[in-house]
Order: sequence, then structure tokens, then C-alpha cells
Amino acid sequence: MIIIKNIKKSFGSKRVLKGISFDIRDGETVVIVGCSGCGKTVLLRSIIGLEKPDTGRILIDGEDITILNRKDLYRIRKKFGMLFQGAALFDSLTIEENVGLALHEHTSLSRNEIQDRVVAVLESVGLVNILNRRTSELSGGMKKRVGLARALILNPQYVLFDEPTTGLDPIMAENITDLINETTNRYNITSIVVTHDMNSAMSLGDRIVMICDGKIVFEGSGSDFKASTLPYIMQFRTGNSDS
Amino acid sequence: MIIWIFQGIGHAIRTFIQEIGQWSILAWNIFKSTGYLLKHPHLVIQQMMEIGVRSLPLVSVVSLFTGAVSSWQAAYQFKGVISTSLSMDFLGAAVSAAILIELSPVLTGIVVAGRVGASIAAEIGTMKVTEQIDALETLAIDPIYYLASPRFMAGFIMLPILVIHADFLAHLGAYSVAFLLLNISTETFFGSAQRHFLIYNVFSGLIKAVVFGAGTALIGCSIGFRTSGGAEGVGKSTIKAFVFASAFILIFDYILAMILF
Repeated sequence: MIIIKNIKKSFGSKRVLKGISFDIRDGETVVIVGCSGCGKTVLLRSIIGLEKPDTGRILIDGEDITILNRKDLYRIRKKFGMLFQGAALFDSLTIEENVGLALHEHTSLSRNEIQDRVVAVLESVGLVNILNRRTSELSGGMKKRVGLARALILNPQYVLFDEPTTGLDPIMAENITDLINETTNRYNITSIVVTHDMNSAMSLGDRIVMICDGKIVFEGSGSDFKASTLPYIMQFRTGNSDS
Repeated sequence: MIIWIFQGIGHAIRTFIQEIGQWSILAWNIFKSTGYLLKHPHLVIQQMMEIGVRSLPLVSVVSLFTGAVSSWQAAYQFKGVISTSLSMDFLGAAVSAAILIELSPVLTGIVVAGRVGASIAAEIGTMKVTEQIDALETLAIDPIYYLASPRFMAGFIMLPILVIHADFLAHLGAYSVAFLLLNISTETFFGSAQRHFLIYNVFSGLIKAVVFGAGTALIGCSIGFRTSGGAEGVGKSTIKAFVFASAFILIFDYILAMILF
């Protein structure tokens, strides 16, 4: 379980998060939505310890990661996988090396065992026969799939998705959304998704958290979000700046 | 106007001290990663290939022609154009000492600073701005251990080897010019070099090479990790790495010369 308590974060004079608090229960998928620059990604990065909040606490299974030393933070991070907006694949490595890197670093599995695991995870995200390809040879959708395979390789308890459908055509965006749904259900993963894509948000989220100007302005189910008559939410939902 | 000049000088000094601080912190973290490197020797070997083996063609060309031109220029001065005429019997000794002590380590260092220091900063800088460094962090892999330490170690090991290679080729270049264009016999050239040869000169060149190799890799990594601002930022980091690494080599060449001789 992840508990976020009164997180505040500033960059210079710009206050990005102004006191965010909410919980993510085990097995749940929480979708974080909000306008560009409202602090969604900073919140996501804070949850995995890539950003340190100025104040507040982030408890991962009872451990406050804001005060952990590097060694303990890495221990906690092994419970996580993260899919980045641009996939962030290592362009000096092959696909097999990208996906298998964490296994080489953190397990004593043999090269063949690692290859078998990599093949299995890549197949689970719908990719076959691409082990020796370079990341530059992949399309945007394939990169996201490889990124997801890399995020899943250590059998994480939590997976964070940063704009998983951004930059993809509508069909590929739906494919990736379905894949995330299928994967999180199959492995019973607790996931947090940051997105602008309302179709994806409605399809994925057990719960939707909306952030505006560094604060939570809505927290509830997808159907509550759809039914909300709050002007800002209606505007965001319809994509109409005049609503 | 005077205030601006002093502000500029003050800013430059502050930047320089900040850089030294950043390099020192990174060096300390790299030092702590020794155990990791022992478990992952393949990472060092990969970088030894990149920093050492792939620098061989450029180092070879530079050292061959440096040797050749030093022989030609020394002969020009020995002929008494500048001062009293000296015997060509000393040409081999003079050129050899200059190659071993100064030319090979410094020019090889500058070549590596341009080829490797800049490329390390560009590679790590690109990884930084495309979130690949963050991706390593999320996989619980320390980017300093995984990226900086193997490069530092490879620079530390490979630059002395490149300098030994450069020493041989620079001697070959110098001898070729002496023999083919200055009509100095093989016996005269190498006899002179051998009579005045000091093993200390070779070691001093190698000590310089170790410092230059480790320093160049350290500077490239440190600047790469602090890259921001997309493609423009990567470009700036690349230039900065080359400038700082070159300045580091020339300043430390002077400091080491004071200490060693």
C-alpha cells in the first residue's frame, strides 16, 4: 500500500505540489489526471524517489521513502517498475539487454535463464523475435511495449506509468491501454497512471485523482468523474476551453 | 567596466571551484564502487575497447606526425638558425626525451579529451535528458556505478597503454624524418637516444597518462550527469567537457612537471 501525506515540492520559486495526500490500495489502479505542468509527473517521480519532496511523507508498505538512505531506497525500488513517457530505453543496448539488465544486476540467474525470462516477458506484451534489435529500429508503440516489459521483468508489486499513450496514434493508444489493463490484472499489480488521455483514464482507472495547480481537486471513481459538474472537470473531460 | 571585469573573474573562479567540488564528489562515489566493478569486469572491458582500442587510429596518426615534426624542428634549431650550431648526434636524444616526457602524454591526453571526454559527456548527457539515467535509478541500478566507474577505470588503465603506443610511433616518425630527409644514420639517431635514455622519463610520462586518463573520464562523466536542456544542453556539455578536460591536462601537466622534475 502507498500512502502519500501532505507532499509539497517547489523548484526555485515555483511551487509545484502544494500539499497532496491520498492512498493507493493494493491491487488498485489509480489514474492521475490534470493540466500540463500541474505536477502530475513530479508526484509520480516522488513516489519512486526520483524527486525528494520538500515536506510530507510517502509510505511504501509502511516505509517512508523520503528519509531512506540510498541502499534502502534501492531495496524499495525493486518493488517498482516504471514506464516512462518516451520509454527511456537504453539506446546503447539491444532489446534483450534492455529488458534483462535488472536481472543481470540483481539476480544470480544464468545467461540462459535470463534470456528465457526476457523472451517470456516480451511475449506477454506481444513482442516476438526482437531480442537482437536496437531501440532505434522500433516504432513508438513497440518502444512502449519494450519499456513495459522492462518494467515488469522483476515481477514488481507496483508499476508507474508516465503518459503511456502520449505520442501514439489512437489505435496504438488503445492497444497500449488494453495491454496495461491486461497486464495489471494478470499479475495483480498496483498501478499509478499519469495521463492526459481521457479514454485511457476511464478505461484504466479504478479511481481517478485530478490535480490542478498543485492540489487535488477531485478524487473518486471513473463514473463519478464522468458525472461531475465541476466546471474545471467538465472542461478537462470535453477538452473544450469555453465550457 | 572594472566592476564587470571583477564580476567576470569572480564568476569564473566560483565556477571553477564548483566544478572541482563536483569532480571530487563523483571521484569519491567512484572510489566506493570498486567492489561493484570487480563483480562486473565486462563493463570495464567494454569501455577499455571504446576509450583505448577505438582511439588507436587517431592516436597513431597524431603521434607519428608529432614525432616527425619534432625531428624536423629540432634539426632546424640544431643547424644554428636560431643559435649556435649543435651536432646532429644529439638529435635522437633530444627528440626522444621530448617525446617520452611531454609530447606523447600531453598530445595523447588532448586527443583522448577530444574523442573520449566529449563523447562520454554527450552519451551520459543524452541519457540524462532522455530519462535513461532515471530509468536506471528505477531499476535500482546506481548510474555512477554502472556508467561512471567503468569509464573512469578504463581511462585510468588505457591512457598509459595508448601513451606507450604513441611513444613507439612518435619515435618511428622522428627516426623516419631523420633517416630519410636529414641523412642521419640509424646508428647515430638511436645511439644518441640510447645514450641519454632514462627509464624515469618513461615512468614520468606514464604517471601523467594515468592522471590525464582518469581526469578526462571523470570530467566527461561529471558534466554528462549534470546535463539539462535537451539537445542544446547536450551540445553545451560536449564542448564544456572538451574544454575542461583539455585545460585540466595542460594545468596538471605543469603541476606534475613541477613535482616529477
